[in-house]
Amino acid sequence: MSNDCVVCGKCKQTVARSEMDSNYYICPICGKYNRIPPRARIEYLTDKDTFCELYGNEITADPIAFPEYGNKISSAKQKSGENEAVLCGRASIGGYETCMFVMNPEFMMASMGTVVGDRLAALFEYALLHKLPVIGYTASGGARMQEGVLSLMQMAKVSLAVKKHSDAGLLYLVCLTDPTMGGVTASFAMLGDVIIAEPSAQVGFAGKRVIEQNTGAKLPDDFQSAEFQLKSGFVDGIVERKDQRDYLTKMLALHSRKSK
Amino acid sequence: MENKLTAYEKVRLTRHSGRATVVDYIEGLFDDFIELHGDRRFGDDPAVIGGIANLCGMPVTVVGTEKGHNLKERIDRNFGCALPEGYRKALRLIKQAEKFNRPVITFVDIQGANCGTGAEERGIGEAIAENLYELGSVKTPILTVVIGEGGSGGALALSVADEIWMLENAYYSVITPESCASILYKEPSRAAEVAEQLKLTADDLHSFGVVERIVREPQDFSDAAQKSAFMTALKADVFAKLIALKKVNAKKLVRNRYEKFRKIGRYAEFGRR
Repeated sequence: MSNDCVVCGKCKQTVARSEMDSNYYICPICGKYNRIPPRARIEYLTDKDTFCELYGNEITADPIAFPEYGNKISSAKQKSGENEAVLCGRASIGGYETCMFVMNPEFMMASMGTVVGDRLAALFEYALLHKLPVIGYTASGGARMQEGVLSLMQMAKVSLAVKKHSDAGLLYLVCLTDPTMGGVTASFAMLGDVIIAEPSAQVGFAGKRVIEQNTGAKLPDDFQSAEFQLKSGFVDGIVERKDQRDYLTKMLALHSRKSK
Repeated sequence: MENKLTAYEKVRLTRHSGRATVVDYIEGLFDDFIELHGDRRFGDDPAVIGGIANLCGMPVTVVGTEKGHNLKERIDRNFGCALPEGYRKALRLIKQAEKFNRPVITFVDIQGANCGTGAEERGIGEAIAENLYELGSVKTPILTVVIGEGGSGGALALSVADEIWMLENAYYSVITPESCASILYKEPSRAAEVAEQLKLTADDLHSFGVVERIVREPQDFSDAAQKSAFMTALKADVFAKLIALKKVNAKKLVRNRYEKFRKIGRYAEFGRR
């Protein structure tokens, strides 16, 4: 298939990339929220040519020398065109300066290893130093098992950096995108001052199949959906892609030091 | 004595019903333990035990995950798989300890946080996240002892500490070797091989700088004399460490804790880009 076309993840229809792109990667046929390449997402959200990438050169050192990990990283790089599962930087949105990070499910299901943890901790420290808010788009299958307990420890590392940033009175806004699971849910995805989600995104801790095996019960389709999390009290709102830029701009304005 | 067990033999050993659990440590290390129940939000999680006790004359707060020894106890305690209300109870008691300037000792022995519909509905992810976030800046010493299984986020939520100690046969992992084998190879039977690859033993964790001290174990926990000698030695070590940590001023304590986690798995440390 040519690069000019994309296949919808739900209805499997082929759609011109330009058409998908102008519709925020929402399928024009069935309405499915398809995954957005992180750089395209940044383009939708930020003021033109204001995004400056930070910490983009760091790559994993395969810290526990896990079998086949090197090959998995190579193919993830090829598939995603990125060198890790999170993209960090600084940009302006509606004229307001902010730090931001966008996780990328095309890279090993945006699992969190040492590099993701380190980039995020560094970003929160940078934002603290420059007194900037952080806007984070999460997606993840969880901690990256190929980096063993070191990936687990990143949950603590990033959460502590979020706290330090928060204690300085700075805003952290999270947008949960499909899927946000496991160790990412159980750390920085749930630590925003404001947490929004994209429609029908899957958000939870344990995988649905694991829970079904564990409890023997069949779970409803909307279990762990963004809507389920809204009802359960864990997100502030569900915001459609076309409205996110406005939403972020308003939130940044309401928390701007200039407006005080 | 030389320890010849393989990684997976250690994992299996931590699940053995004869091994000491949190209730044994509470009995062996402290006097006057008073259990405190409930998270003040939803309920009381039987998988998490917490309370106040006396350690050689020093008031301390103790929190740990309890699996139980026999099948009945294990069922009553959900096999130690903590629920959101368990983590919220732990946080309540740790914040209380901070208020009264009591050091905190947490005991970790958990295969993983609870995987159920109730846990998801009540925000198991949020509860763990909140503990990581808050524990990092608690202005009183926190010492964690991993006594058996250190199962992923469920264990981490009780081990954002100034020091983490591990029993020599305990393990700490991002995932159980069985689950990892079934995800990677679709064969849970390859768990033994995966256990080696995951680098989850006390020695591994010590070499990564995650764990400060490896605690020698008795050969047989069911031997009363051995168990008692072990508990006495551990009690003295824990007391000495808490005395030392109490001398560090609160600001420095919190800064050191931040730095401890900040440098774990820093890519530059592994020497190649």
